[in-house]
Amino acid sequence: MTKTTRTDLARKGPRVTRRAFTAGAGATALLAGTAPFNIIQAQGAALKVGVLLPRSGAQAGIGQDCQRGVQVAAGILKDLGLPNLQIMNADTETNVEVARAQAEKLINEGAQLLIGAFDSGQSTAIAQVAEQKGIPYVINIAAAPPITEQGYKFVFRNFPVAGTILADAFANQKEIFAATGSAPKSVAFLHCNDTFGTAMKNGIGAVMPKFDMPYKIAETISYDPTARDLSVEIAKAKATGADALLVVSRLNDAILLTRELVKQRWSPMAILSMGPGWYEDQYLKTLGKLGDGPLSFVPWYDPNKKLSKQLEAAVAKAFPGINVNTNHVYTFEALLVAADAYKRAGSTNPTALADAIRKTDIKDNVSTGPGIQFNAKGQNDKLRNSAIQNRGGKLVTVAPKEASNAKVEWPMKPYDKRG
Amino acid sequence: MPAEIYLNVAISGILTGLVYGLMALGLSVIFGVIRIVNFAHGEMMTIGMYIAIVIFSAFKLDPLVMMVPIAAVLFVFGYALQASLINPFINRPEHSQFMLLVAIALIMVNVLLIIFGPDAKNVQTSYAFDSFLVGPLIVDATKVYAGGAAVLVSAILFAFFRFTYIGQAIRACADNYVGALVVGLDVKRLYALTFGIGAACVGAAGAMLVLIIDVTPALGPAYTLLAFIIVITGGLGSMPGALLGGILIGFTEAMAGLLFTPSAKSMFAFALLVLVLLFRPQGIMGKRTT
Repeated sequence: MTKTTRTDLARKGPRVTRRAFTAGAGATALLAGTAPFNIIQAQGAALKVGVLLPRSGAQAGIGQDCQRGVQVAAGILKDLGLPNLQIMNADTETNVEVARAQAEKLINEGAQLLIGAFDSGQSTAIAQVAEQKGIPYVINIAAAPPITEQGYKFVFRNFPVAGTILADAFANQKEIFAATGSAPKSVAFLHCNDTFGTAMKNGIGAVMPKFDMPYKIAETISYDPTARDLSVEIAKAKATGADALLVVSRLNDAILLTRELVKQRWSPMAILSMGPGWYEDQYLKTLGKLGDGPLSFVPWYDPNKKLSKQLEAAVAKAFPGINVNTNHVYTFEALLVAADAYKRAGSTNPTALADAIRKTDIKDNVSTGPGIQFNAKGQNDKLRNSAIQNRGGKLVTVAPKEASNAKVEWPMKPYDKRG
Repeated sequence: MPAEIYLNVAISGILTGLVYGLMALGLSVIFGVIRIVNFAHGEMMTIGMYIAIVIFSAFKLDPLVMMVPIAAVLFVFGYALQASLINPFINRPEHSQFMLLVAIALIMVNVLLIIFGPDAKNVQTSYAFDSFLVGPLIVDATKVYAGGAAVLVSAILFAFFRFTYIGQAIRACADNYVGALVVGLDVKRLYALTFGIGAACVGAAGAMLVLIIDVTPALGPAYTLLAFIIVITGGLGSMPGALLGGILIGFTEAMAGLLFTPSAKSMFAFALLVLVLLFRPQGIMGKRTT
């Protein structure tokens, strides 16, 4: 056994003295003081964005459609000269509690910004987590007004609230009636009885009187959106003798309602939809020529904007046969907001990112309206809705005039005259 | 409201109810003989629906024409399932059987989700949008074909159990398990055969229902529940009861939607179930057990 002495160590190389250690520690502390830990990233480092969507469960189809907006975003953002985003995907399973848990998990795994989650209930849960943890959250799609009425500092929404959707829907309808010189005198109002459908029904009741619409609601018929058969609903609506249908539905029930209209040999003057379903790709694919004609009054995009054409091209290339829709537009724009804010903030510091989002002023965007800006509550209150019509398996925008690319076909072509 | 609407809706409800009845018939056959409640019943029906869609997409063969081959595939599936997985659970506590079949149902849903994705799928036959105009009545052609096919399949099934040797042997097993063993019947094999027949029924019903409704992987549980409502209303284990229960539920849902509100259709179906449970717990055509 050999003994190592201080003299031996000195011979082997330089020794760390107490004085040298203290000087080194001081220098390290000085460096740390000028560069906060885990906040500033090297130039070009990607912002970690947690994307929360209902990828399974009842809203799986829509969640996966939103994901298309995520998939085409990288190329467009690069073309715009915006920084890279590192996408961290999470599935809310169409469940509020899962959405909350997944938001926490993403933040724990290093997400620096969250986007999602299509649904108001799930988005509300994520907003609570984001605010508590101090991580910016950009809502892609969710219309319930209270989310941005809570005084949150880290929550932003680039999607119109329910009141705006309804008001714009009636305004666009009146624009169409004026343009065609024709309007229904009465409508049968069919709505699904889930949270969304019931909220829309109540909203329509409150908003419609303010717009002095030319039609009266002959009968309001609510139904279960998961119903297997909607023949009774259409039989009742037909029996009212209404000129047109006013509908708030989802995808499967929209298909079922159309089938029943054809089978029961009823071609109303118009189908005026105030929600999803009637413009979705699956509706168009499933029904072919019979899917033409319905008008949907929804948050949409301005097809004349430069970035819209870029998004349309990217979606057409990545997903042939898929039309650009609300899900793609607003999910893409949520990522656009994130990348734009990251570029301006130059930092992943949550407060800096949130401040940058608050000062967002994107004119070159996709959605209908003047652009993306957020008010003090974190809401983009400048968004406008569009009226779109199914035409030959495609979707054309017919109102408002300044954001349209086609004239409305009015009245709807009867089902038995479509060949 | 014009009078013909009531008749239109009633006919539509009865025709839909016939297909529901055929689906529930499978559940009733399985329970009546094996005394196992098939919690994967709706999921097996969605498998039948997806097979119909795949065949229609590939070869443009009408689901009604393919009903027999689809039933045969489901028969083999049901037979294999009973022989391999369910038979070992026959004498185990009911909660074990329940968990096994719920697990099988969950696996089926998720496998379908992986293969076909979450979007609703359907078949577009040449008559998908046809209807018959009979005086003032408008009758959905698809429902007429599907309802007719359901009656035919049910009649074949009744004849099988009444007039064939195997059918009588299965009924013997249902009547007296020990007696069947004593006289030398291969009960396990007959059980597998019965489960196969029940699966074939639900497969045939799936081939018909795919003409009426779109299918998603998540459709199964709702139809399992519907099958339960029907068989409990008609009488658990009673084959005519299942068919009658289906018609009653279809009719009740349709008329409730017309006379009250369509939102309340399911509520009325459940109300009928509650009434039956209160006043005739064994079901309309079920036998009272002591």
